[in-house]
Amino acid sequence: MPIHNQVPEVNAGSMADIAFLLLIFFLVTTTLETDEGLQRLLPPQENVPEIEVHERNVFRVQLNDKDQLLVEGEVLELDDLKQKAKAFLDNGGTSKGNPGHCVYCKGNRAADLSDNPDKAIIYLEHTRITSYGAYVAVQNELVAAYNELRNRESLLAYGENYAAMETRFYDEKTTLVEKEVLKKKIKQIRTLFPQKILEPNANTTAL
Amino acid sequence: MIRSKKKTKSLPAVSTASLPDIVFILLFFFMTVTVMKDTNLLVENTLPNAKEAAELKDRDGIIELRIGKPLKKYESKVGMEPQIQLEGKFIRVDELQGYVLDMLNQMPEHNRRKATVSLKVDKKVGMGIVSDVKTKLRAINLLKINYATLNGEGQSNL
Repeated sequence: MPIHNQVPEVNAGSMADIAFLLLIFFLVTTTLETDEGLQRLLPPQENVPEIEVHERNVFRVQLNDKDQLLVEGEVLELDDLKQKAKAFLDNGGTSKGNPGHCVYCKGNRAADLSDNPDKAIIYLEHTRITSYGAYVAVQNELVAAYNELRNRESLLAYGENYAAMETRFYDEKTTLVEKEVLKKKIKQIRTLFPQKILEPNANTTAL
Repeated sequence: MIRSKKKTKSLPAVSTASLPDIVFILLFFFMTVTVMKDTNLLVENTLPNAKEAAELKDRDGIIELRIGKPLKKYESKVGMEPQIQLEGKFIRVDELQGYVLDMLNQMPEHNRRKATVSLKVDKKVGMGIVSDVKTKLRAINLLKINYATLNGEGQSNL
């Protein structure tokens, strides 16, 4: 009699197999999000008035057909580009007392590098055959140079990394009041080292 | 004596009762962190590496352009030169503006202003076509672009 009342146990042995099948299905049909990259702002097409720039304020980076790098007329390895760009941006060549003197610059104040970070322009040239990979690698180094300098100033002024401030600014958990404060700080740091990358081929300037 | 007897005794079977649970947890993990593939790739698309890449904040308002050499099976149709892929089809550079403006029109109003073009370009492609695309985008006043990259050393792109 008791045997009749008992419900037979369901065999769960194949449950793992079913779950594995589902898992493999999702692995195959989905992709991990790869939405990160170097964000850039193109200049509007209206003809911007020409400005005269002193040669010392221009940092020429050229990439040839074979992806070789020429910086300020010298052949350079990609590894050395960041240091060179930093030295250029952080130079602060205008001497003390003159307008445009850069107080926060820690560079060598060399005569052939930029007057101050606000005037410093990086001029990036490439050919139609230059590979996109090389182009991104160079862009990456230049952005790294700017970021390191911004980080330095940000740490000095606010005791926080520039990158960390940016992440916090875009974080949804940050309150509006905090965001206001952060926005001001970020803007301040950006004006200290404004990113000015000029591309004659498509005339890209940036943030 | 007693000890040796114990050793010869067969080990109890490992219980696999919690295996389905573990697999389910894995399954849910993958379901939440991944997105469905919306289009098939028509072009080679190995993204370059960059260290300083920042995450794209909004997934709305993104127009994805893929540029690369066509895959082998499409070579007879479009040739060997790098092509632009927008959603599941090849487009020519001179058609680009029309298609992109169409996509902008289909977007909800509040997304249009922050519309970003994400350029997913194969690292072996020449800059010529990328420059052309940028010039076209400038002409229709779509100025926010993003060079999609993977996290890694830039040195490996060369």
